[in-house]
Amino acid sequence: MNHLLSIAELDRAGIERIITQAARFAEVSDREIKKVPALRGRMVLNLFYEASTRTRSSFELAAKRLSADVVNFAASGSSVEKGESLKDTVLTLSAHKPDAIVLRTPWAGAAELVSRWCSAAIVNAGDGQHEHPTQALLDVYTLQQRLGGLDGASIWIVGDVTHSRVARSNILAFQAMGAKVTVAGPPTLIPRHIEELGCDVRFTLEELDGADVVYALRMQRERMTETWVPSLREYATWYQINGRRLGPRQVLMHPGPVNRGVELSGDVVDSPQAVITAQVEAGVVVRMAVLYELLAGAKEPDPVARRQKTAPQPA
Amino acid sequence: MTTAHPLVRCPQGAADLLLRDVRVLDPRERIDARHDVRVRGGEIADLGTPEGLEQLEAEELIEGQGRLTLLPAFFDPHVHLRTPGQEHKEDLETGTRAAAAGGYGGVIAMPNTDPALDSAPLLRSVRDAAAREARVPVGFLAAITRGLAGEQLTEMAELAQAGALGFTDDGQPVQSAGMLRKALQYQRLCGGVLALHEEDRTLSRGGSMHEGALSAALGIRGIPTVAESTMVARDAELAGYEGARVHFQHLSCRASVETIATAKQRGWMVSGEVTPHHLLLTEEDVRDLDTRMKMHPPLAGEDDRQSLVDGLRAGTIDCVATDHAPHAREEKEVPFEQAPMGTTGLETAFAALHTGLVLPGTLSLGLLVERMTAGAGLFDLPLPLIARGEPANLTLVDLDAEWVAGEHGWESRSENCCFAGRAMRGRVLLTLAAGSVVYRERAFSVVAA
Repeated sequence: MNHLLSIAELDRAGIERIITQAARFAEVSDREIKKVPALRGRMVLNLFYEASTRTRSSFELAAKRLSADVVNFAASGSSVEKGESLKDTVLTLSAHKPDAIVLRTPWAGAAELVSRWCSAAIVNAGDGQHEHPTQALLDVYTLQQRLGGLDGASIWIVGDVTHSRVARSNILAFQAMGAKVTVAGPPTLIPRHIEELGCDVRFTLEELDGADVVYALRMQRERMTETWVPSLREYATWYQINGRRLGPRQVLMHPGPVNRGVELSGDVVDSPQAVITAQVEAGVVVRMAVLYELLAGAKEPDPVARRQKTAPQPA
Repeated sequence: MTTAHPLVRCPQGAADLLLRDVRVLDPRERIDARHDVRVRGGEIADLGTPEGLEQLEAEELIEGQGRLTLLPAFFDPHVHLRTPGQEHKEDLETGTRAAAAGGYGGVIAMPNTDPALDSAPLLRSVRDAAAREARVPVGFLAAITRGLAGEQLTEMAELAQAGALGFTDDGQPVQSAGMLRKALQYQRLCGGVLALHEEDRTLSRGGSMHEGALSAALGIRGIPTVAESTMVARDAELAGYEGARVHFQHLSCRASVETIATAKQRGWMVSGEVTPHHLLLTEEDVRDLDTRMKMHPPLAGEDDRQSLVDGLRAGTIDCVATDHAPHAREEKEVPFEQAPMGTTGLETAFAALHTGLVLPGTLSLGLLVERMTAGAGLFDLPLPLIARGEPANLTLVDLDAEWVAGEHGWESRSENCCFAGRAMRGRVLLTLAAGSVVYRERAFSVVAA
């Protein structure tokens, strides 16, 4: 694997390899000293064209736990605001010889484009409304931990599918892992032909009780101004996941940040079914696994094992 | 009402040449046979039996040896030459050089320049520039509304006197039915065809590609085909009601073709054009998000493509137009959603269509030639004919020549061609426009007098 650009280019074995590695790193996270030297001397560049605190800091933490050097480059307040093109920004930053570039942009296909312009490994941290592959991987990891496996699981993705890169990556990843995916939401926010990705489509939550996992998407307030839905109130009436809709054995997921009272009611966010904080925790280890896979390669000795030999942890 | 000559170009010498033993194909003249063709003083002076004409003094001899084919020069009613204001993409000289290299003997330039061609003084100045710079004759459409803003009609009558062949807000479609109706009514005074880019912006806004399975998978906002077809239906009805003449530009979907077929049955004065890329490519070609595949209207589905081919064959769609839309490299070397719409097309149109439609047997060569020249007639210009006494508007092609689009660079200033890198069969060797040699393929050797 040279880059992580999309879930579409991964198969089940590829996904499993990453989450298996992530599970090994999870053990490191519980130690007192949370670092391994796997990527010592390597440089990871975070290049973010959209505001993002969680994803960026998750990648930063992942890189630092692998002992890599991290440089953060945000488009706002930089040369980008002076009119520098994506290509020139990438070429300029490439002069610092980063080993990996973590890229978030508002444009579909931008990560793929950048991978053609430089020699660094590219990690797509969100390209427009296309894909967000590390989110899907951490969601698979979280479910794997919770359910033991996704084979045969029924997963409902609820909300604004049209504008969601998370939805696109997760439909592909959940299906690759053997789950049955249903997307549900207002007809204005479910793109035509989305069923050709292999998922079912529903416009109400009447059959939601058949789901093993309910994955709620963030409902962005700016969608109101373009009248995708008449009001947040009407949206919440029909699509909010709340105590009445969520069954006791169903797992609740959300990519964050949550709009309490819109796509999720406060009580379900705080319920034991919600694995939202587990998703955030999984984010770091899964991103460690991705960076490790890209930069250290699967053939190298296991970094956790090596560390245990050279510097045993206190019991 | 037009007082200025409709087409302009820079002065060039009249050709004197003898094309010996070439296959002459002109569907309108019902010729498809080997002939010697003499061009004298820029006119087709003689059509003789092969090897039957003697080379005259000071006459260039071109040996066809029965392998080369002589066609009437093509005519493109829809190109963007970008002058004034966007000469970094193209100008009158480079754009018409690209036309000549593609076998075109005449083109019509769109007015969505910067500023838009919306006043007579501006139109005159651009025509003056064309009279110095244009290698092949160029006609101009003027804007329907001032600044292409869709709010106030241009002085269409004065523009027609200054040489406008017709009117269009290409690139910024007329959204208001009421505004378009006024333009259609005004046509009774000013004449000229109204050429319409059909796109309902309330349906297409924010879209970068065809709305289909691929746009859903890529998360790129789609443009539904109804953004075009509902406007075609609206404007066909308006044209029928007002008894006006309209020409539908760059058609892209089945519903539009069906609407035009119905309109023609009703006797409404409508015509249509289709581009080589809509005839040959579909949304599948957009999968890699190559920005050269991004254009208005977007490449649609295979069923739509098929309907366009059928429509062109049946005559529902009257002609081929390239919608040659050059953009600078840095403008296209950006993420797909940020890139401007458009592909160049003049230098590849014939070869691409010959390779993609004629060789597989979908269209006959004669029909393709008819459709690649018919655009002139739609704008009341004389059609190129291969007959004694006609001005020499001729294209000599080698139908067996194999090449790769773009392998030797481009005559156009821009290189955003959707066919770049594709294997082509059929190559333009020589183009004569209005009696002058305007293009000669570099590797094509000729025997001098």
